[in-house]
Amino acid sequence: MLKRTPLYQIHLELGARMVPFAGWEMPVQYRGIVEEHLAVRQKAGLFDVSHMGEIRVRGPRALEFLQYLTTNDVSRLKVGQSQYSTVLNERGGIKDDLIVGRLGEEEFFIVPNAANAEKIYAWFKAHEIPQVEIVEETQLWGEIALQGPLSQEILQKLVPFDCNQLPYFHLRESQIKGVPVIVSRTGYTGEDGFEIFSPWEKTPAVWEALMEEGKALPLEPCGLGARNTLRLEMRYALHGNDIDEDTNPLEAGLGWVVKLQKGDFIGRDVLLKVKAEGLKRKLVGFELLEQGVPREHYKVLKEGEEVGLVTSGAYSPSLKRGIGLAYVKVEYQQPGTQLEIQIRDKLFRAQVVETPFWKNGTVGKIRAKEV
Amino acid sequence: MSAVPKELKYTKEHEWALIQGNRAKVGITDFAQSHLGDIVYVDLPPLGKEVKRGETLLVVESVKTASDVYAPLSGKVVEINNELSKAPEKVNSDPYGEGWMVVLEIINPQEEGELLAPPDYESYLSTLS
Repeated sequence: MLKRTPLYQIHLELGARMVPFAGWEMPVQYRGIVEEHLAVRQKAGLFDVSHMGEIRVRGPRALEFLQYLTTNDVSRLKVGQSQYSTVLNERGGIKDDLIVGRLGEEEFFIVPNAANAEKIYAWFKAHEIPQVEIVEETQLWGEIALQGPLSQEILQKLVPFDCNQLPYFHLRESQIKGVPVIVSRTGYTGEDGFEIFSPWEKTPAVWEALMEEGKALPLEPCGLGARNTLRLEMRYALHGNDIDEDTNPLEAGLGWVVKLQKGDFIGRDVLLKVKAEGLKRKLVGFELLEQGVPREHYKVLKEGEEVGLVTSGAYSPSLKRGIGLAYVKVEYQQPGTQLEIQIRDKLFRAQVVETPFWKNGTVGKIRAKEV
Repeated sequence: MSAVPKELKYTKEHEWALIQGNRAKVGITDFAQSHLGDIVYVDLPPLGKEVKRGETLLVVESVKTASDVYAPLSGKVVEINNELSKAPEKVNSDPYGEGWMVVLEIINPQEEGELLAPPDYESYLSTLS
């Protein structure tokens, strides 16, 4: 039985096409993936991401606990700040990528992926230490992502605080139409935006309030289809595709959220070894040089020899060409490297490119001091 | 409601065929294009390719996924719609007109009886939603 978010009825009323995703029944599109994608790049879009997990970790030793369970340096988080991070297994493989937010000195709000939420909660519980409380809150919180260059304009009319005082990768508690919310200035699209957590049953009221404020744009309801193409244009990894328990953050290009100097954490010893020995493969972005659409699991070749595998691929609505991510042997990771992608029984010319693919995202303009 | 023109024959896999003599012009139905969403690439077969009824004739790529288009009839590909390489979105905007994909030279005319007439395809569609 698939789980439904608090916005399920609203999706049906909006004519969404619903699909199963990570155990949830989710909207994949409303009007169309390309339209929704471009609305987020140009104006603003609204996503139901209530399937995402929430875990609260608090107590006098919460910081120490998270330092050991995650790879980024949690001690650098001030209250009200958040960071992107990964959780590794003992082999250095990525159990999940997630956001860790600091709500108080001894209180953290963690957002794992929907498919991994239960696994991460169980993993945290298995490593629990005294003076730390770990609370699974996935079904307490609905989550709505407001994304796009006009997001602040819309949200500002609904919250009592000045949005300019909430920089990128910061979060705070607030209210929307009397509903208590956590507002986080983060997203998965490359545009400015907010992720708004609200009590499960009050989430429809928050959605309606945002849609009402954005009516004149209009604010476009967006599904998982656009969420995927938007994130891929930014090279944001998707757990289960680009990263998983058998890939490490260094080969995935996530070394920037691995702080080897901060002290011990699960997977650290393996990563030190990987680093000393050198990487064998690297996740790179590539674009097709001819018409076609790369998809996950397609083979990457170099002059006929197999040198890698595509982990994500799509038609890029912004760039109007096929783009993708692939693990390739390290000698082929340089931008400009010519490769071939096997699509069915044909080889398509491709080349490694600098990422993100989409370089004009408004997120670059609001990016403050990240930790 | 999906459009189902009267002059065409259909398959349960949502292809249409316009049969004229020993030739059949082939495309995908309004229902199919609407379900696939934005079509961004049509991987057309080479001229001369021979296919049996029900085999993969070509592949249509939408933003979301790659979908096989099956041969509604056994035949040989004698024309392809090269316009689609420049404007694959014509499959969305005009699935029965400019969005046509190939013309087959029919090998086995008896198979035509296995295609669905418009009312039958319409009733089949009504069972899907």
